[in-house]
Amino acid sequence: MDKFQKVTGVAAPMPLINIDTDMIIPKLFLKTIKRSGLGVNLFDDMRYNLDRSEKPDFVLNKPAYRKSEIIVAGDNFGCGSSREHAPWALADFGIKCVISTSFADIFFGNCFKNGILPIVLDQAQVDVLMKDAEKGENARMSIDLEAQEITTSDGDVISFNVDAFKKHCLLEGLDDIGLTLVKKQSISAFEETSAQARPWV
Amino acid sequence: MSPKTLYDKIWDAHVIERDDDGTCLIYIDRHLVHEVTSAQAFEGLRNAGRKVHAPDKTIAVPDHNVPTTPDRVNGIENEQGRIQVETLEKNALDTGIHYYPVSDIRQGIVHIVGPEQGWTLPGMTVVCGDSHTATHGAFGAIAHGIGTSEVEHVLATQTLIQQKSKNMKVEITGKLATGVTAKDITMAVIGATGTAGGTGHVIEYTGEAIRNLSMEGRMTVCNMAIEGGARAGLIAPDETTFEYVKGRPHAPKGAQWEAALTWWKTLFTDEGATYDKILTIRGEDIAPMVTWGTSPEDALPITASVPAPSDFQDGKVDAVARSLDYMGLTPGTPLAEIKVNTVFIGSCTNGRIEDFREAASILKGRKVADGVRVLIVPGSGLVRLQAEEEGLADIFRDAGAEWRLAGCSMCLAMNPDQLEPGDRCASTSNRNFEGRQGREGRTHLVSPGMAAAAAITGRLTDVREMM
Ligand code: SF4
Repeated sequence: MDKFQKVTGVAAPMPLINIDTDMIIPKLFLKTIKRSGLGVNLFDDMRYNLDRSEKPDFVLNKPAYRKSEIIVAGDNFGCGSSREHAPWALADFGIKCVISTSFADIFFGNCFKNGILPIVLDQAQVDVLMKDAEKGENARMSIDLEAQEITTSDGDVISFNVDAFKKHCLLEGLDDIGLTLVKKQSISAFEETSAQARPWV
Repeated sequence: MSPKTLYDKIWDAHVIERDDDGTCLIYIDRHLVHEVTSAQAFEGLRNAGRKVHAPDKTIAVPDHNVPTTPDRVNGIENEQGRIQVETLEKNALDTGIHYYPVSDIRQGIVHIVGPEQGWTLPGMTVVCGDSHTATHGAFGAIAHGIGTSEVEHVLATQTLIQQKSKNMKVEITGKLATGVTAKDITMAVIGATGTAGGTGHVIEYTGEAIRNLSMEGRMTVCNMAIEGGARAGLIAPDETTFEYVKGRPHAPKGAQWEAALTWWKTLFTDEGATYDKILTIRGEDIAPMVTWGTSPEDALPITASVPAPSDFQDGKVDAVARSLDYMGLTPGTPLAEIKVNTVFIGSCTNGRIEDFREAASILKGRKVADGVRVLIVPGSGLVRLQAEEEGLADIFRDAGAEWRLAGCSMCLAMNPDQLEPGDRCASTSNRNFEGRQGREGRTHLVSPGMAAAAAITGRLTDVREMM
């Protein structure tokens, strides 16, 4: 997993509440054998017409937001099915951070596993960031995970909370596997002991 | 030392590290892999430049997508299914894990192949990216399903980060009545606890009726533990277990066998150990069961009638109305009057030799009812061979049933064996969810004997009338 550096980029405003994982990546795309390449189908139903032409009104299709790295979203983002394809699709598109008043549990955890930082703020703060995001291309928002601070395009600073351990993992680019591999010695030691105790395994 | 449950003992033997909050790093003895949930895990591994930590402890077999007709040697028609199987094959060959291709006589449903080949042994931790991994608990192994991220984690480290579950005891006392089988036990348990009754728990099945089951029957019971919400099911290993395991290709031999046996014999719940939850059912009280709705908990004895939404409470009232609508059933209809046009005997729940013997004992010398399609699908190529040698396949064919090649088949709508909209099926599989066996298909879960009886009469039938 890539280390989570400071993100400075365009934020797409998506004020809709309850954006579920089926909106993020429709069921149709779950038959893939890859976790990469899902970015083109991110928000597929909202983003494309049936003939696969783009819906010009959808935020990520607008020239200003085509390269968004941040999403400022309405309440309860990521609800619905637990599919990990949702963070895979977001990450593949290039989204590094999602800001909302709340997230669905499993989705929230899956974000960290895939290098995405989900930030929970109160309504008033999200409102400020939503307004800022609506300014478009010239309004670049900045997220500093180390300092736990968001800086708006106007220079206002909003601080946020994040679980210390999850923060450490994102900063160091450690996924669960990376973390376990740090314990390689314990695993080898266990294997040696159990090879004696249970050699038939 | 304080008394321990069977689950405690196996768990303790696999803890590598334990955090203060109880999170443990657990060693995984066996990892089973199939084509549907593994591709992204192998991809993740490759992308990160990681290797499979213990290829020797990992086996792969395609089962969900494979057709069960002889023409499958020509490949799989459905493109996505074909790609998944080809990807599995490539991943297996690249990483050096044990692989059973479709052309191999040992190929079959992963949960049948594992025990058959002696990969599953008592006291092990066994995982697979599939919820019915619980099957392997029949050997006294901690066995459960995992998600794709965890599949990758196990491939890379041969471990999992886990919290321990709670202990639940389900005791089936006494003897089973004639015509009542392991499937009826497991359905009766879910009928009693509901699909959430086991949530957060590992169930240990005990009692005389469980001890008297063969390994095949025990696997049937544990297979559906997950349908009761439990993380896993467990049965303490005993002579029946050892007898089954002995001589299997990957079972220990010689001095190792003796050493293994010594340890396995300590795998039982100590006198005085406590469970967080206990359920007791009298074996004599269990009747042949059948589901009427779209949840495995919607199970009743075959002698009962379709219930009404008003027989239930809270959220279940609407759910029942919805499922009766989907199933096309009217409250008050005797279950034994419900007509079926399809019968499926197979799956990791009931695709083992004993299941086919049971079905054959009912089908012998009889004919399938007009207009009923009967698919009988062995759980592995070796089960197929044995059933053919024992003459069971001939009995099936003579009765007018289709005798197929091994795979998941009509257990789920992922390969060509599917229900058409409106079809009604007596099925020995484990899930009766909407669309599980095909879009708008209607499923009634039953035992193999009950399925065979339904094949003959063309309606759900009390198997005891045919014995
Ligand atoms: S037989 Fe059914 S339940 Fe068993 S592994 Fe196959 S699809 Fe899953």
